[in-house]
Amino acid sequence: MRRLEGRVALVTGGLRGIGEAVTQRLIAEGAAVMVADLDETEGGRLGAHAAYVRLDVGDEAQWRAAVAAVEQRFGRLDILVANAGIGGTGPIREVTLEAWHQTLRVNLDGVFLATKHCAGLMARSGRDHRGGASIINIASIMGLVGLPQAGPYNASKGGVRLLTKANALEFAADKLPIRVNSVHPGFVETPLLLSSSPREALDFYHAGTPMGRLAQPSEIAAVVAFLASDDASFMTGSELVVDGGWTAQ
Amino acid sequence: MARLDGKVALVTGGTSGIGEATVHRLVADGAQVVFTGSNEAAAKRVSDATGALFQRSAVEDPAAWEALSAFVRDRCGRLDIAFANAGTEAGDGSVESIGIEGWNRIIAVNLTGVMLTCQAAVRLMRETAGGEGSIVVNSSMNAYKPMGNFVGYSTTKGALIALAKSVAIHCANQGTKIRCNSIHPGVVETDMIKNIIAKQADPGAARAAYAGMAPLNRMGQVEEIAALVAFLASDETRFITGADYSIDGGSTAGMMGV
Repeated sequence: MRRLEGRVALVTGGLRGIGEAVTQRLIAEGAAVMVADLDETEGGRLGAHAAYVRLDVGDEAQWRAAVAAVEQRFGRLDILVANAGIGGTGPIREVTLEAWHQTLRVNLDGVFLATKHCAGLMARSGRDHRGGASIINIASIMGLVGLPQAGPYNASKGGVRLLTKANALEFAADKLPIRVNSVHPGFVETPLLLSSSPREALDFYHAGTPMGRLAQPSEIAAVVAFLASDDASFMTGSELVVDGGWTAQ
Repeated sequence: MARLDGKVALVTGGTSGIGEATVHRLVADGAQVVFTGSNEAAAKRVSDATGALFQRSAVEDPAAWEALSAFVRDRCGRLDIAFANAGTEAGDGSVESIGIEGWNRIIAVNLTGVMLTCQAAVRLMRETAGGEGSIVVNSSMNAYKPMGNFVGYSTTKGALIALAKSVAIHCANQGTKIRCNSIHPGVVETDMIKNIIAKQADPGAARAAYAGMAPLNRMGQVEEIAALVAFLASDETRFITGADYSIDGGSTAGMMGV
């Protein structure tokens, strides 16, 4: 399918895991993608349909530069995928304020700054599409249900969920052609999850998911591509859970 | 796009509105479609336009499901997709005004009918499609925002959230790859709504009032709902089960300010 011909996307955390799969999928649908991540360069991994900008999503000055880079390179922005995120776990009585701030800074400040600085350009580009421009915030099922020792992560992703809804309503009220939705993956088979999870944790993820397996990053990317397209033109403020039934049980 | 090539779909209540649009969309995406309803003239229009097969059938009638399942099995050989869409609000009212006949009728169509649709679909998917498939339940935003003057409709649409999740968990626990999800449309500009608007003293004001129910300040189009059904029907959503997706122009996202 090539539903996104002529559109430009910005994907944060786009060099690995879900972000990488999203980048590949959007390109396959015809979009040009500005990939943002922490690496100094993209290391020659991106093809002709993508460009790269180094971006710490918690740094407002860097956001101004990144959006300027998108505008200079592509002249428009139709799709924003706020995907960059980090973990944030530990017994709440032991979590340091620094660690708490770091999780909130990347996972929640990052989405706030993304929206704040991309909305102007997206409002102009969105007029060219029946379904407008589309902001897709990658939250988590941990933005819907709690998990012991995941306080900082839960708080950040729960924040993303409601920030999404507030922004969706605000843009609708202001008649800006930007839809805003959140995606809530369950456990996804990313390099980060596989390398950072002890055996018992991986067993827990498998056994706890009714479908009995982890998600592939491409399965999250498919939902992102749907929300980015005009097929989702009446969807804004929605939360799309992709978790193999985890939160339904 | 043809991402449903080779698949067989069943759409209940396919002769008008969201159901009709979904028949069109699933056919356009490559599926073979069987649809049900009671309006034969409307059914002919849909069949002629799409090539989809019509079977007159009532979702709330258990005996009718045996015949319909046999029809799907014999004519199509398999079932991969079911859209439990048929619904009614006829005879509804507030908790003070509704009659027991109206209540029972709404429960029968909107709740028992959807359960029977899921039951028949799971059985057929196990029997004919290797235990794989996608069931989409058409609920409503009124599952989250019940209406005071539609107690039957609101209650049944709320119950469909739990019904869809129960079906999803059962199918997963049984080791099948059958998925079940609910969708929750806001106000959609169906023929029924268009007729209501046209009959008002001031149709323009009525239209504006309906549009204003969504923060996007418009009604949804039936094709927009059909697009979500087609997505959930596709193999792209194999990890999505037990989910409830709002498609309402922001109606349930919160409250609009001043």
